[in-house]
Amino acid sequence: MAVTGVFMSAVADTHAQDHHHGPAKGFSRWLLTTNHKDIGTMYLIFSFAMFLLGGTMAMVIRAELFQPGLQIVQPEFFNQMTTMHGLIMVFGAVMPAFVGLANWMLPLMIGAPDMALPRMNNWSFWLLPCAFLILVSTLFMEGGAPNFGWTFYAPLSTTYGPPSTTFFIFAVHIMGISSIMGAINVIATILNLRAPGMTLMKMPLFVWTWLITAFLLIAVMPVLAGVVTMMLMDINFGTSFFDASGGGDPVLFQHVFWFFGHPEVYIMILPAFGAVSHIIPAFSRKPLFGYASMVYAVGAIALLSFVVWAHHMFTVGIPIVGQLFFMYATMLIAVPTGVKVFNWVATMFRGSLTFEAPMLFAVAFVILFTIGGFSGLMLAIAPADFQYHDTYFVVAHFHYVLVPGAIFGIFASAYFWLPKWTGHMYDETLAKTHFWLSFIGMNLAFFPMHFLGLAGMPRRIPDYALQFADFNMVSSVGAFMFGATQLLFLLIVVKCIKGGKEAPAKPWDGAEGLEWTVPSPAPYHTFATPPEVK
Amino acid sequence: MRVHAKRAVALAAGLLSPAVVVADWTMNMTPGVTGTSNQIFSLHMTILWICVAIGVVVFGVMFWSIFAHRKSQGAKPANFHENTVVEILWTIIPFAILVAMAIPATATLVEMYDTTESEVDIKITGYQWRWQYEFINEDFGYFSSLSTPRDQIENRQAKGENYLLEVDNPLVIPVGKKVRFLLTANDVIHSWWVPEFGVKKDAIPGFINETWTRVDEPGIYRGQCTELCGKDHGFMPVVVEAVPEEEYNAWVAEKKEAAERERELTQKDWTMAELMERGEKAYQTACAACHQADGSGAPPAFPALKGSKIALEDMAAHIDIVVNGKAGTAMQAFGNQLSEVDLAAVITYERNAWGNNTGEMVTPKEIFDYKNQQ
Repeated sequence: MAVTGVFMSAVADTHAQDHHHGPAKGFSRWLLTTNHKDIGTMYLIFSFAMFLLGGTMAMVIRAELFQPGLQIVQPEFFNQMTTMHGLIMVFGAVMPAFVGLANWMLPLMIGAPDMALPRMNNWSFWLLPCAFLILVSTLFMEGGAPNFGWTFYAPLSTTYGPPSTTFFIFAVHIMGISSIMGAINVIATILNLRAPGMTLMKMPLFVWTWLITAFLLIAVMPVLAGVVTMMLMDINFGTSFFDASGGGDPVLFQHVFWFFGHPEVYIMILPAFGAVSHIIPAFSRKPLFGYASMVYAVGAIALLSFVVWAHHMFTVGIPIVGQLFFMYATMLIAVPTGVKVFNWVATMFRGSLTFEAPMLFAVAFVILFTIGGFSGLMLAIAPADFQYHDTYFVVAHFHYVLVPGAIFGIFASAYFWLPKWTGHMYDETLAKTHFWLSFIGMNLAFFPMHFLGLAGMPRRIPDYALQFADFNMVSSVGAFMFGATQLLFLLIVVKCIKGGKEAPAKPWDGAEGLEWTVPSPAPYHTFATPPEVK
Repeated sequence: MRVHAKRAVALAAGLLSPAVVVADWTMNMTPGVTGTSNQIFSLHMTILWICVAIGVVVFGVMFWSIFAHRKSQGAKPANFHENTVVEILWTIIPFAILVAMAIPATATLVEMYDTTESEVDIKITGYQWRWQYEFINEDFGYFSSLSTPRDQIENRQAKGENYLLEVDNPLVIPVGKKVRFLLTANDVIHSWWVPEFGVKKDAIPGFINETWTRVDEPGIYRGQCTELCGKDHGFMPVVVEAVPEEEYNAWVAEKKEAAERERELTQKDWTMAELMERGEKAYQTACAACHQADGSGAPPAFPALKGSKIALEDMAAHIDIVVNGKAGTAMQAFGNQLSEVDLAAVITYERNAWGNNTGEMVTPKEIFDYKNQQ
């Protein structure tokens, strides 16, 4: 009866909200909310908390690598740190941050009153803290947390994994369910709730990139669920999917994992592409150079992302025909990615540019993501990959794609839309400080990693030969700087929520889109009657 | 390709001359000492310069806009967008560059995959955490483990020149001959890499991978395991000594003889003191990584041996777990990794070290008989 009572009151709440009452009071507002703005806020707060946690682990890694020799942690714990850092950043920080942005902005951008499936929205959020509670708790279990890298290759993660691996699998399953539900919600919202007149080719690019991202999620999260289930079977139920002595194949794991893993990379970057495609035109005061080609480029990248997975496996000994196919397909991705970069630059060209924090992050995004793209192109050359593979060159590459790509994209979006969320302007001076310290710290941390990798330093090692000492020290200093700077972001956001200059409905003169037609802060309920799009 | 490679090397050397002076600031890939590694280096430099050129153009336009088209400079925004010609051009030009790049890459790859007509065949097996080299045509093999002292790793002693890149028994190969490597692993996936050869290949349990090299310059070449393989992944280096043919032949003969002597040792009558002495050494290389030098282990993954049931009670069970390993755990089967002498010595050592004073010993002959009964 009690359960029904709670349920009923949730229903009653929804009814009340239909009549434009404010949010409920207290904790139940957050626990039971079906409001896309509340859920978006929770996603963003959760992802920032995970960002700090995963970042703390990165600090442990960089502290140990500050000098050769073992100083701070033992190799067992070091491996747990690299593994948890990767898992938390990918599944806890980047993905939920984009879902948070989607929750807040998609309905505002397409003129919808809320997400299409509000209760599922609530559930898909609340699953996440549960999943991460389980994942993080493995650190305190006997035998420690997962220690086999975020890619959890079998048989290191099956036969040789710690006892906590089963908890890790359970956590991945829960995250997967959460992501799939989130993706279904995004697709249902975009396809059904657009304001009259907003045809597909009139949708804002953030909406487009999220629509494509959501399809990627639905396609690959079940594959991830599949591969961890096969692990679960191998560990607990005596199957041999990944064990050659039982007729299985350890390389099968890698094929299935990377079939998920490569599209996953684009899941983490496409929404940022979308956001940056709003920010650069806004601060250039000039329309995006090629809207249609941007849409097609994102589509092409998404399709290609399904046929390049084995470029992560050039050294496992796949036949040469396979090797060649995956090399060519991977190189092809450079074409649509180039189109996007050229478009952003052409948008800036002969604009009227100003450099507020969102624009700074967006421009840095374009430059540094392109550098990550260049090293990606180098890695695509299969023979050269034999030298780069599993070295710090790869670590440099994917951090250049993910930190200035995904994370700078998220910061750019946060500063761009903070006035809309809070009704206040953030402190521009602090935000610019945040940018410059992040920019310098990030480059100091990750650029030397290119050199380390080329000079021959393998990744995922807790200690290294003496010739790698100098660049590692530089890298650690940069990492500490980048890490500490992120506390400044917390300060800026809290300050902005508490007060600051009042934000007009449209705080950026070049910005376009329906979200700027509602007041700042956006009322609890928006677009109860859909706007007309011409 | 060769000329191209040499030019690229010269160019790189010129650019990197400051880096050469201070060796610790090495910034670029090594051109290496084999045809393959030189071809790879040339591909690497070509694609790097292509990226630099594209970067200069793209970032050039961008920085021009940033400086010249600022609102504070009074820039008025243009309103142009979409231009079919430009859009087709910036799709086709990158595509053409990629095709040009794919051709030499394909040629190199085809050559790297050609493992035929080898003159020496060596089977490399990855173990947690050392390499085994077996000269399959010569009937001998041995393990190669990290030789950097623990004291250097724990910062109790100054680090040596080849810190973490030195082993007890390096792999020896002849110069000027095509050497084929057959790679596999005993436990998890490892990856065997020598940067100066341009050779990296995964060693996968239950499968055999092939790769090859031909080294023309004698020397000592160092590399590392590059696939995360557990706690001591960072501590399993690869060291290869390329020597002239006569020297290689002498070394092979010596190794074969030593293998023969080792087999004879099984028949010798061993005393407790001799076994303990040999056992301590064998324990340090084969067991201490997990069970620790003082037998305290790292529970729960690696149980303690000091005061443990296995080491104090039933001898047969002790022999069984060392020889056959324990399925589903990290405990490997050492039956084929260690000689009968070393197996007997290790078991004897474990039963009598660190206060495990059982006073019991097992002889190499008993181990030999035990293995034959299986």
